[in-house]
Amino acid sequence: MSPQTELEIVSPGAFASIQDKGRHGHRRIGVPWAGVLDRRLMRIANALAGRDEDAPVIECFDGGLQLTAHGGAAKVAVAGDAVIEVDGADGRRQLAPWRSVTLADGESLRIRKMGNGRIAMVAVAGLDVPPVMGSASTYVRAGLGGADGQGRALAAGTRLTLGEADALGSDHVLTQPPTADERPIRLVLGPQADHFSAAALAALVGGDYRVTAEADRMGIRLEGARLEHTAAAEIVSDATVPGSIQVPGAGQPIVLLADAQTAGGYPKIATVITADLGRLAALRPGQTLRFATVSAAEGAQIARAAEAETCALIAAIRALPADGIDLVALYTGNLVDGVVHALGAEYRPLY
Amino acid sequence: MSVRILDAGDAALTIEFGSVIDPALLAAVNALDAAILRRQQAGALAGVIETMPTFRSLTVFFDPLATDRDTLLAALQPLIDAAEHGTPVDGRHWRLPVCYEGEAAPDLAEVARTIGIDEAEVVALHSGTEYLVYMLGFLPGFPFMGDLPARLRLPRRSQPRVRVPAGSVAIATGLTAIYPWESPGGWHLVGRCPVPLFDARRASPSLLAAGDKVRFTPVSANECRALEAGLRSGDIDPMQWLVADAAHAATAEDAA
Repeated sequence: MSPQTELEIVSPGAFASIQDKGRHGHRRIGVPWAGVLDRRLMRIANALAGRDEDAPVIECFDGGLQLTAHGGAAKVAVAGDAVIEVDGADGRRQLAPWRSVTLADGESLRIRKMGNGRIAMVAVAGLDVPPVMGSASTYVRAGLGGADGQGRALAAGTRLTLGEADALGSDHVLTQPPTADERPIRLVLGPQADHFSAAALAALVGGDYRVTAEADRMGIRLEGARLEHTAAAEIVSDATVPGSIQVPGAGQPIVLLADAQTAGGYPKIATVITADLGRLAALRPGQTLRFATVSAAEGAQIARAAEAETCALIAAIRALPADGIDLVALYTGNLVDGVVHALGAEYRPLY
Repeated sequence: MSVRILDAGDAALTIEFGSVIDPALLAAVNALDAAILRRQQAGALAGVIETMPTFRSLTVFFDPLATDRDTLLAALQPLIDAAEHGTPVDGRHWRLPVCYEGEAAPDLAEVARTIGIDEAEVVALHSGTEYLVYMLGFLPGFPFMGDLPARLRLPRRSQPRVRVPAGSVAIATGLTAIYPWESPGGWHLVGRCPVPLFDARRASPSLLAAGDKVRFTPVSANECRALEAGLRSGDIDPMQWLVADAAHAATAEDAA
C-alpha cells in the first residue's frame, strides 16, 4: 500500500485556519457564517489548484505559513500578493503568487511575507475536510469545523491528509492578477442611521479612519472622527450582518466580519457592502481608509460587477509549461525576451 | 404596530416591528419567520439565504446576485402584513437544573445586597418564574430569556468580566441567560447550569429554540457536579429536562 500524501503545517504563521464559503442557515441559533474573509481570493486559489471554487482552503494572515509535502507530491495554489519561497532538493527558489505549484515529496512552500494586503488563500489539491453543520469553516469560539472538526486554528505539526492523488496535471497561473484597489470602502447607511446626528453621518464619510490593532476575523475596530449618538448608545439587541458598523458609546466604529456575534445591542450606523468586505478585512493595523455612501441598489450593482470581474479573472487562468519553468526566473532572467516582461496585464500565456 | 423596513447593506433587510422587548412583537417576528420558511419550502423566495429572528425584528439575508431588494420586498410585503396579527408560537417547556451555590454564583451575594433581600429570596424569585426564550444569538445557543421578576432587574455590571465561565446563569435588565461558551460578559452571574446548550453533533445543535419556555430547578453543588459528569459521559440525555405536554399541563393545574 502506498503511503498517503500529507501536507504538514510546519508553521501557521501569524494565524491560519481552514475556511470555505461559510456555514449558512444557523444564525438563528447564534452561529455566525465564519468562512473566508475574501471569497474572490478563495475562488481564484481553488480554480488555480483545479478544485471546486468553494472548496475548503487555508486562509493565512500576515504571512509566515510554511507547508511541507510528505509521502508524495502535493499541488498547492496561492492567491494574494504573497512573497513565496519553495525549498527543495535543488535549493531555494522564489515563486510568484497567483499560481499553483506542485511540491515534490519533501519540498516546502513558505509565504515569507505579504505585499499588499494581509490575507492569502492557499488551495490544496485533494484537501478533504469533513463539514460540521454544513461547512468546513473553522469557528474557534464554538469549536466548529477546521482540520480536526473541533474548531482549532492550524498549528505547527498539523498534518493534512490529501485525498487519492489523481494525476496532478500541469500547474496554472492567473494571467491578470487583481491590482490594488485604493478606492473608498463603500457602505449603505443604516439600519440605525437615525440614532446618529447629521454631523456623525457626515463625519463617517468625511475623513480617514485608522485600523487599530484589534483587527481579526471577528471584526475591525477603527479610530477616527467620533460618531455622536442622538440618544442612548444602546438598542434592544437585533441581528448583525457581516459588514455591520456598530458604534458603542465612545463613538468609535467597529466593523463586524465573518466570525462576529450574530446579534448586538449597539446602534449600527451603516453596513459595508459585500463586494468591499474582502478589501476591508485585508487592511493592516495602522492603515487608513475612507468610507463612501452608496444606496442598497448601487451596492447590488457593484456586487454584480465584482462577480463578472471575478469570473473574467478565473476564465483567464492558463496552464504553465509542464517542465516547471519558474515564472519569477523567467521574468527576471528575461529568458524569453519579448514574450513576458512582468507578472500582470502584460503576461501572455506561453501556449 | 408600525413596521419599518431597514437596509442592512446590499445583502440583508431588517423588518422591524418595534423597538422594545414585548411578547406581542415577538409573535409577529416568529409569524413572519415561519411564513418565509413555508414560502421557501414551497420553492418561492429564490435568493433568500436565511432569516434571523430577534426580539422585535426579522433580518432576511439574501444573495444580491440571485434576487434584488425590491423584488424580494414585494414578495415579502403580504407576509409582513399578515404577521402583524401573528399569535405566539407554542414552544416547548423545559425545567433546567441550576446550582445557585458558592463559586457557581459569584455575584449572588452582591445582587441580594443591591436589591436588599437575602440570597434565598433571589434564588426563589429567579427559579420561581417561567421564562420565554425571546431569541438565540450573541453566541451559539445563547438564549435571551425574559421577563425577570421586577425585583431582580439591575443594570449590567459597571465592569464587564473578561471571562465568564461556560454554563453561567446570568441576569441583567429584564433578562436572564445561560452562557453556553466561555466569553467576555457584563451580566450578573447568579448560578450555573450543567446542561450543554449547544452541541454540533445533535440534529438540532441548540437545545433551546425561540418561543420555548424555561423554568429553573435549584440543585446543590454536588448534584450539579454529578449531572455534569453524567452529561459528559453520555449517561444523561439533556432531553430529560424537556417537560412533556401532559406533565406540563398537570404542573400548570397544580399551580392554579
